[in-house]
Amino acid sequence: MSGDVCIVGIGIHPFGRTDGVSGLDQGVFAVRQALADAGVAWQDLQFAYGGSDAAGNPDTMVERLGLTGMQFINVRNGCAAGGSALFSAQMAIKSGEFELGLAVGFDKHPRGAFNALPSEYNLPDWYGDAGYMVTTQFFANKITRYMHLHGISRTTLGRVAEKAFRNAVHAPHAWRREPVALDEILEGAMVSDPYSKYMFCSPAEGGVALILASEKKARELGKPLIRLKAAAMRTRPPKSFEVFAPSVEIGGGTATATQIASAAAFEMAGIGPQDIAIAQLQDTECGAEIMHMAENGFCKDGEQEAWLAEGRTEIGGALPVNTDGGCLACGEPIGASGLRQVYENVVQLRGDGGGRQVPGDPRTAYTHVYGAPGVSAVTILER
Amino acid sequence: MKESIDGAGARMRAIAEGIWTDEAEPRLIGGVDADTGRVVFPCPPGGRYEPRALSRTGTLWSYTIQRFRPKSPPYAGPEAFRPWAVGYVELPGEVIVESRIINVPFEDIRIGMPLEMTLVPLDPEAADPVLIHAFQPIGAAA
Repeated sequence: MSGDVCIVGIGIHPFGRTDGVSGLDQGVFAVRQALADAGVAWQDLQFAYGGSDAAGNPDTMVERLGLTGMQFINVRNGCAAGGSALFSAQMAIKSGEFELGLAVGFDKHPRGAFNALPSEYNLPDWYGDAGYMVTTQFFANKITRYMHLHGISRTTLGRVAEKAFRNAVHAPHAWRREPVALDEILEGAMVSDPYSKYMFCSPAEGGVALILASEKKARELGKPLIRLKAAAMRTRPPKSFEVFAPSVEIGGGTATATQIASAAAFEMAGIGPQDIAIAQLQDTECGAEIMHMAENGFCKDGEQEAWLAEGRTEIGGALPVNTDGGCLACGEPIGASGLRQVYENVVQLRGDGGGRQVPGDPRTAYTHVYGAPGVSAVTILER
Repeated sequence: MKESIDGAGARMRAIAEGIWTDEAEPRLIGGVDADTGRVVFPCPPGGRYEPRALSRTGTLWSYTIQRFRPKSPPYAGPEAFRPWAVGYVELPGEVIVESRIINVPFEDIRIGMPLEMTLVPLDPEAADPVLIHAFQPIGAAA
């Protein structure tokens, strides 16, 4: 195939809680919206990749959308499910096999923290008995270490949440759309020190669909060319520090899947962090956004303290981060979360962001997912 | 009253076999990867890892306070929940292990503080409590 893979249609089912609507149907809702946006019919699609972690088999949506006999492959890949669906979809077009297809992701998780059992993670039962199968503990331990090493204050963590809720006011698909004052965030009920309840995202529901086309097909459709310049997914290297770890290697926590996924994506795109106008970074908790700013190469470890204080990651700042409020404001339906980031970047690159639109006619946008069991997926879009 | 108990009780009711040594001052049992020399905890089953008693002392690498009762299953602690500290302890030259941190007020916990291993009941109110491993400031139980 010559030219780039382009995103020609986008759709989203609002994130949060939608009682009475299955995860699958939220995915179907998003697909219909994306088809209308692209100006194509379900029958025109040649293939689909679908990601879901806890809401059933994505391919069963053909019953809702039409039994056209299309190729539909399900992707289940932890927190990188959506990113992996998108990676696979663009490969199908890059290879020359197809020219129009779908990446879709959806999920619907129960309320509260994810309920994990040791046996699912190759861990002994005593580890769960003792109270260590708790994701929030891991996140808190990780950021406490990082804050100690790099001089990050708790106020800076609070500023991340404050920004998320403020940005989400203008994002119709977000879940938590009321601003929360910094003091309230800092003084909220503690979940796992240093994190208060406002500093974690929640498992949630939602669906996102992206229609992908070859550049030739995108031109035929007459759509603005939003080019997918890079999509990379990587697993953890030695010395990473991941969830549910009874032990960590000496010197651990210094290498991450994010670092290698990010480096690979920048190399594919032929640009560097300084060339990115907007970034959507995994913000499972406030500290994740902080650490991921550095892991993705946008700043050095410790510089986040000044960046947040100076508002550099605000809409209108030098590098707006999580313009729709990210996971903190949208929640995290695993299968859909990475695709939401790409959806938001397409909105921004088209100039359709309304009250959250990044000024200055942005032409490059970056997404980053990270999660269990030590996986990361990155994309770079250009207009 | 201190939370930890002496090694004699440890032989009675460990939460599981093979986590620590059966001696007056128990040590965690790690596994040494026969190929790479890398140390992990706990020692995984199978022939690749050789069990090794780890250092009883180390320094605090990171920590947090668990402020809500973890979900059961799998948590087997008491229904009545009181927050507890959990962190990672660097055993020099070996490995960093996850552990309860006890016998120190939450506000006095500091990364880098010297700690020693001990044992603590998962449920101090239980008639026949199981023990889990913990670390405390050196000399805290004296």
